[in-house]
Amino acid sequence: MKIGDVAPAFELPAAEGGTAATFSPEEDRTDAVPTAVVFTCNHCPYALAWHDRLLAVARDYEGRARVLLVNPNDAERYPRDSFDAMKERVEADGGWPAPYLRDESQEVARAYGAEKTPDVFLLETDGRLRYRGAPDADYEDPSQDAAWLRGALDAVLGGRDPQPAETHPVGCSVKWSQ
Amino acid sequence: MPEVELLWWEGCPSTEKALATLRDVLAEEGLDPDSVVQRKVRTDGEAESEGFIGSPTIRIGGVEVAPVENEPAGLTCRVYRLRDGRMSPAPDPEDIREVIRRVT
Repeated sequence: MKIGDVAPAFELPAAEGGTAATFSPEEDRTDAVPTAVVFTCNHCPYALAWHDRLLAVARDYEGRARVLLVNPNDAERYPRDSFDAMKERVEADGGWPAPYLRDESQEVARAYGAEKTPDVFLLETDGRLRYRGAPDADYEDPSQDAAWLRGALDAVLGGRDPQPAETHPVGCSVKWSQ
Repeated sequence: MPEVELLWWEGCPSTEKALATLRDVLAEEGLDPDSVVQRKVRTDGEAESEGFIGSPTIRIGGVEVAPVENEPAGLTCRVYRLRDGRMSPAPDPEDIREVIRRVT
């Protein structure tokens, strides 16, 4: 998916509460909030290093934007990324401010062209891709505070183009089923 | 000089960082930073036979840096806990130093 493309709709089950979360460009025109779809997982050290920063974004932008965390990894080869393991992780934390969704078929990850965990796709209310890449410049530095994602959200909410609009996602490769 | 091994899998991008950290600590401890033997782990079978629980894995004189109990072998990225509590794809330099000093 390229910057400006309209992202595919999806509906995926959430680890918390047995509900499903949807993304639909049509629906989001009425919701009128941007959506950050973040492909992530349980086992990757990069995803874990950025995890708290991504949850902080979900908290700080509540009501103005939403964050959807999507785990697409093959759980057969990587059992730590199973739906059960996802549920256990969310439960152990007492809940997350963003739904943690299971992409068992990996169709959503393929449709978006996700490469890494984490891999951030910020979508405008009409579904157009406005930012894609890493949350910020350094997984090792918590003070970075997901600055690229926050900057992109602020730009979109302010009617401006994110700068940068694209960065290289940094992390573990998506674990595709074989 | 103990054998210094870096076992890695291509699915994780942390090998270069781990190698650089390892070489820095070796040099600081007066050991040859170019002595690191890098071994690529390619298959689940190789991971099993090597006892490889994730990339990167560092062994010095056969002693694993930041060992983890009851972790299954496999092709995955390894999560390290730094001494300040942060998660990292590479071990804390002080954990490497501790093993070097233990085996030399």
